Amino acid sequence: MKGLQIVVLGSIVPDPLQTLEPIVGPTGPALKNEMMLPAVLDPWAGHALYEAANLAKQVEGKVYLVALGPKAKLQQVMMNVAQKVPFEINVLDGPAGGFTDAAETAKALAGAVEKLPGLDKGKLLIFGGWQSASRGTGAVLQMVGELLGVTDQFQGVDEIKMSDDGSFTVLERIEGGSYQLSSCQGAPAVLGWATGNLPEPPNNPQVGMANMRFIMPALQKAVAAPLKGEGLRFQSVEVPSQRRETRIVKDAPVDDIARELADWIRA
Amino acid sequence: MKVLFLAHTEEGGGLGKAALEALGAAKGLGFELVVGLYGAEVQAGADAIAGCGAAKFLGVAGADFATARYGSDASACEAIAKAAGADLIVMPATARASRVAAGVALRLGAAVDTRLTGLEAAEGKVVATRWFYRQRMVGRIERDARPWLVTVDSGCFEAPSDMKGAASVEMLSPAVATRTVVTGVKSPAADAQTIRPEAKMLLVAGAGWGKSQAGGMKRLDEASQLILSLIGATKCSLGSSKSLVDQSGEGGALPFLTHMHQVGQTGSTPRHQKGLATCCHGEEPHVVGWRFITERRAINLDASCGWAQGKADVLYVADAFAVVKALVELLK
Ligand SMILES: Cc1cc2nc3c(=O)[nH]c(=O)nc-3n(C[C@H](O)[C@H](O)[C@H](O)COP(=O)(O)OP(=O)(O)OC[C@H]3O[C@@H](n4cnc5c(N)ncnc54)[C@H](O)[C@@H]3O)c2cc1C
Repeated sequence: MKGLQIVVLGSIVPDPLQTLEPIVGPTGPALKNEMMLPAVLDPWAGHALYEAANLAKQVEGKVYLVALGPKAKLQQVMMNVAQKVPFEINVLDGPAGGFTDAAETAKALAGAVEKLPGLDKGKLLIFGGWQSASRGTGAVLQMVGELLGVTDQFQGVDEIKMSDDGSFTVLERIEGGSYQLSSCQGAPAVLGWATGNLPEPPNNPQVGMANMRFIMPALQKAVAAPLKGEGLRFQSVEVPSQRRETRIVKDAPVDDIARELADWIRA
Repeated sequence: MKVLFLAHTEEGGGLGKAALEALGAAKGLGFELVVGLYGAEVQAGADAIAGCGAAKFLGVAGADFATARYGSDASACEAIAKAAGADLIVMPATARASRVAAGVALRLGAAVDTRLTGLEAAEGKVVATRWFYRQRMVGRIERDARPWLVTVDSGCFEAPSDMKGAASVEMLSPAVATRTVVTGVKSPAADAQTIRPEAKMLLVAGAGWGKSQAGGMKRLDEASQLILSLIGATKCSLGSSKSLVDQSGEGGALPFLTHMHQVGQTGSTPRHQKGLATCCHGEEPHVVGWRFITERRAINLDASCGWAQGKADVLYVADAFAVVKALVELLK
């Protein structure tokens, strides 16, 4: 099928190499210095974006990125992401942290998808990460699908293979290192991506220039999406102190170490 | 308060470990209990937990519900939940249930929280525990909204025992609308199986296995053979750092490693009793992959590696090639 509309839902998360410390903010838990922490595109959503671009090339389709996050941070991250693959962005200016409610996020995103100009549900594939690296619920895509009436859904996807007639097959991760293989008659569908098969594309300044022409106006036009956080109450959020007393075994003969390990494994 | 334990059955109609643990979580709340099961067959599963104290058993069964597919599973769950009219719905966080849980919640107008690691009732309130930022921090949450649908992680709740009997299941027949067919499962061959959620131990292979060793040469074939031998001897599960998985994907390191093996921030956080990390440096995004490993040991050439800083119980400062070789001999 030609002309698929692939909408990727994805936002930003703090760079995983940063130390994260929860604090109590005015509206509930937050991260210390949240606005100062360097951010990256949410990794699984990133894989979804690269897979979307790859698929769009095959089917002469178009990729939209719909992102709900703080505008200023999104702008920083997009400077880099824009150089990877071609897409058109739609921005909702609101909180993207791990303590927001998945259902509220889903409602805001579904509303934004509905409003995409020229949206044709018969050609719609909704992509995203199968979980965010912030809230990690794996709930948003399912709910967006339901809100848009899309009930062919796949999670933990590592591969999509599209046929000429628009039908496709999907590999989804299931337990025990296995994959479930399904075939679907075609769009519309929801695909929550795991890692996929593609490496992160190298930076391409030309793609970046082309994207930025749309990204800056989209950021200026960003619609406010203040999530209320109603209904979800946090009693506490903490980094568990998991410091262990590590016994360091140095200069011991290999055989002694092996024996100690063998006893421990057998015990 | 009424609680619905809602789970899919496995092949043959019985219940899996994760489902039984979710039943433990639901039952542990101490409220009125209803059981809802869906799958190709449900009677065997219902009989296995007939004595769990449920006031009612609801079921959806048939060929349409045999496979893990969004359209049919969501219809089954929706029908059962509507018939049960529960305030709280507890599902296991299996791949199958996780695919539909939030979608079902939306259909029910329910609030949803997934992958809980704790669920308790005190003074009329239900408090759930879950992790945020990929197991970096843990929070305790409450909601007033009912119904409230939750999924609970495996390995966190005790499965009740001795519940066998004869259950009378009230069957429902929801309509199924789907354009999807599940055509099969691709599993690793038994002798190539390196991911085993039920194993007692997780072996984590780090990037050191693929690095130049003393003498300046990489020893990739030897590394592969040692790791596979240790897996063979212990029937442990294999995890890997992002660094080694990425290299292996580019054909640079160990041929049997894929992204499915990756533990950590952008990988999985498996639960095993024991974990042995080999050639891993132990930075934070990596260590979160170990969050739920109870006993942890590590082998690294570098005494100042991240594991030495309070993350493992024992750090052996030694050459992993030599130690694993000797270890495999002992375990044979
Ligand atoms: C966005 C993002 C997401 C990330 N997500 C993840 C994730 O999900 N999972 C993850 O693992 N990492 C993740 N990381 C990367 C993480 O920060 C580390 O860089 C990575 O995990 C390091 O892997 P390693 O410990 O295997 O390798 P290295 O840091 O290269 O360490 C190799 C170790 O091997 C030891 N060694 C070498 N030879 C031997 C020998 N013969 N015997 C014993 N020891 C030996 C060395 O002393 C060294 O300590 C992420 C990073 C980012 C930026």
